[in-house]
Amino acid sequence: MSGTPSVTKGQAALGLLVGAIGLTILQYIGWLPQWMHRLPETMIPNFAKALDSIFNFIKDDLGLLTLTRALTEGLEWLLDASGNIFYGKNRWPDIGPIPWTAMAAVAAVTGYHLGGWRIAVLGGGTMVWTALIGQWEIAMQTMSVLAIAAPLAFMIGLSLGITAWKYTWVDNTIKPVLSVLQTLPFFTYLLPAVIFFKVGPTAGAVATTIYAIPPMILMTTLGLQKVSPEVVEAGKMSGCTKFQMLRHVYIPSARTEILVGVNQVIMLCLAMVVLTAFIGMPGLGAKLLAMMGSFKLGRSFEIGVTIVLLAVMLDRMSKAWVIKQPEHFERGTPFWKRHQMLLLGAALFVGFTLLSLVLPIAAEIGRQQNFSQGKELDNIIKWVLDIEVVKSTTWFLRAFVNVQILIPFRDFLLSIPTLAFITLVAAFALSLAGPKQAVLAALFFSLVALSGWWDRAIITLYSVVAAVTIAAILGLPIGIIAARSDKWAKRVLLICDTAQTFPSFVYLIPAIMLFGITDIAVIFSILIFAMVPLMRYTIEGLRTVPPEMTEAADMSGATRMQKLWNVQLPLALPTMAIGFNQAIMFAFFMVIIAAFIGTQDLGQELQRTLAGTDLGKNFVLGICVSLMALTFDLTIMKWAADKKRALGLR
Amino acid sequence: MSADTPVISCKNVWKIFGNDPKTFLANMGKGMSYDDIRAAGYIAGVKDVSLDVHKGEMLVIMGLSGSGKSTLVRCFSRLHDITGGTISVDGQDIMSLPEKELIELRRSKMGMVFQSFGLLPHRSVLENVAFPLEMRGQDKHTRRDRALEVIKLVGLEGREDYFPRELSGGQQQRVGIARSLAIEPDIWFLDEPFSALDPLIRREMQDEFLRLQQLLNKTIVFITHDFDEALRLADRIAIMKDGAVEQCDTPDQIVLNPATEYVRKFTEEVDKARVVHAGVLVDPAAKGTGDPIEANLTVHKMARMLVNDSREFIPVTKAGKLLGAMPRKAALDILLGADA
Repeated sequence: MSGTPSVTKGQAALGLLVGAIGLTILQYIGWLPQWMHRLPETMIPNFAKALDSIFNFIKDDLGLLTLTRALTEGLEWLLDASGNIFYGKNRWPDIGPIPWTAMAAVAAVTGYHLGGWRIAVLGGGTMVWTALIGQWEIAMQTMSVLAIAAPLAFMIGLSLGITAWKYTWVDNTIKPVLSVLQTLPFFTYLLPAVIFFKVGPTAGAVATTIYAIPPMILMTTLGLQKVSPEVVEAGKMSGCTKFQMLRHVYIPSARTEILVGVNQVIMLCLAMVVLTAFIGMPGLGAKLLAMMGSFKLGRSFEIGVTIVLLAVMLDRMSKAWVIKQPEHFERGTPFWKRHQMLLLGAALFVGFTLLSLVLPIAAEIGRQQNFSQGKELDNIIKWVLDIEVVKSTTWFLRAFVNVQILIPFRDFLLSIPTLAFITLVAAFALSLAGPKQAVLAALFFSLVALSGWWDRAIITLYSVVAAVTIAAILGLPIGIIAARSDKWAKRVLLICDTAQTFPSFVYLIPAIMLFGITDIAVIFSILIFAMVPLMRYTIEGLRTVPPEMTEAADMSGATRMQKLWNVQLPLALPTMAIGFNQAIMFAFFMVIIAAFIGTQDLGQELQRTLAGTDLGKNFVLGICVSLMALTFDLTIMKWAADKKRALGLR
Repeated sequence: MSADTPVISCKNVWKIFGNDPKTFLANMGKGMSYDDIRAAGYIAGVKDVSLDVHKGEMLVIMGLSGSGKSTLVRCFSRLHDITGGTISVDGQDIMSLPEKELIELRRSKMGMVFQSFGLLPHRSVLENVAFPLEMRGQDKHTRRDRALEVIKLVGLEGREDYFPRELSGGQQQRVGIARSLAIEPDIWFLDEPFSALDPLIRREMQDEFLRLQQLLNKTIVFITHDFDEALRLADRIAIMKDGAVEQCDTPDQIVLNPATEYVRKFTEEVDKARVVHAGVLVDPAAKGTGDPIEANLTVHKMARMLVNDSREFIPVTKAGKLLGAMPRKAALDILLGADA
């Protein structure tokens, strides 16, 4: 309300841009002194060391380590017990492993109960595939950790969510922490877990749990806030005490959101539990890592399929649970009919368990009996890659796109002086969002510069920008075309939904298959991962344009193209921006995993820290990634919100 | 507590929404209007309301949306904490009750029906109705028996195991009514219970409600924005505007003597002959001749007699006791819509 500013947002952004270009030109003609190009080493404070001493203080002097080691014991006991049940680890309660046939039967019955025969086939089929392909034991190792980590994350997330909903100050403290946690690369979860909770399953379970908590908190708070005020008042008028309100009114009424939270917890747990292979957790992830490391692509592919099937199964089952509503039975329905699914499941479970006592193959499929086709698949893959067309395409991509476009682009980004780069980012944030975001962007990137990892950060950023750009070039047209018909929109959305449930790790498999261990494989894996949200939100954005607006365009005599450019795209843009933002967040996540292929960025350094106890360095690197991601997140989300308000959408 | 102590009594009740309403109210100058308060950044939900609700009476609070009627009724049950004034229920100041006793009060004395029903979606009809009983710790069998009893009372027999989403709007509100009656409350709050229903069902539910009221004879506070509904149901009507009560009186008095311009506008379109009773028109000093008429007859019901009769004063009795006589002209004026 202080009158119009003398300089508009656009002009200020333009000014910053010109400044950045000027600095870069100076650099190119060689007039820029070296200290203005890159921050001199002497000016870089040793954050890592400072952080290390803080960690050491907390760890040893405040006795956190003693506490966490004590917790480790309890957790270890839980993991041992579930390990025994799932894959027969030699521990209490000494009853496992559950025969695979019994598990498959229970999965099928649960699937049927939740969502009909399709999910029954999916559940039973996944289990049968896993057993027949000879991955039962490693799959169950993974599941045994999931079975502990997911409930833990659920309980912690639920209680924190309730607390945040009850006390505003908790909510206010927790929110920024959550947004940092959600952008923090997963390696940064792993090392502290290892240091505080011992290498192996315990650390893996802890990292998995912590990684999965944030969405549970958010969904719980959201659900509780959405309970209708009349239901709340009805509860109060019924004379509920505070606890009764929570137990009988709030939580059941927020059921949908809480179950959506459960779905997200399960999916994130699965994604993370696979990644904990990097800190030596046995299971599907470890096997996949080993197979990819020794370039056994056939086996890698099979493991990938198992992981994907498990993911899709868990996702569909938990989603079916979300929408499942209670049904009443007619009066006088006998007990067995009311609980027929439970009884059927129990009967099959007992039946198959007994069967497996006499028939060993029903209990376990041995090494010689499985149907793994690793070698043959390897040959097929080699054969496919040897086809002239495929070969020349991948060669073209490697030789031309990589050498002629990507690498020069990377070198150009690296040549920009630090100060100019920060100015550039600030200009970007200013023009899209506003002064507050611009200041934060400048601050965040300055911190990255001060961390001393500037070049590696820029390489990380380069991978993200390059991959997301290509993803947009490919994904947006697909989305736009698919959105034109109901049938295709539905199909592509289904593919996107399914692809989004895949643990990120499996995206490495096709990349390595096609491009081997190269730079372009890194870009490719990020690209396919980032394309999913781009396509999805493009379709959703276009499909949710109010029909009266497209009808108005039709009646104004607009052609299809005119309608698309003048009506649909402008209105869909805020939603598409959210997809863009998610694509960038996904890319930041994936680029770190791609360290496995071999990169020169922050991810690589992060992966290296896992071998030691360099907690300070690990954190500095993680925070660098997080700061860059947050800059995009803040800017794009602000832009989308502004645009939405300006358009009067929702 | 004597027999004529009002069941609910509120004196100078204020409910102000805003950042620091207590301080605002304390420092507020006299005679600030609703708009003045709003300009200061506060909303006067309830503005200096004083009224009593007597035992066995049905008080209808009438007003347009945003007039503060729902807020006022929520103050009665302390779903809202009031900013100023006092509210006592059965002679007890409810603002001074500790949480435990407040819960006890709601568990034993109050029932409430909500506009959008406020049913718990994960509980069956039976479990919804038994909910207040469960909360006060009654055992499973007695609460089941009692719940079945009220479900039968509201005519939902055979639907006990249905879930709310499997029922129509009218049926859902029957569940809401049954739930509010399960604890046999002395005071029954109904917050626009029929507004969410379509007109035909609304009429049916009003009849149902009158039937229940005749059966149970509760003290009732009923909220509506529908003036016809108010006239149809009320013993007394309180008309609210901008948080304040404009007039609180019997339907007869409201249509005959509207206290403010605002109230008059409401009554303009009303067919007064269907509202005004013979008893109201009685002049106790006058002496009539011939056969007396009953005090609870509406002018509309007496129409034929009024036109054909030639008496100047007609005696009126209530429960066999002579009240006085009604001037025939006054009744005819109302019947013909002449301005008095």
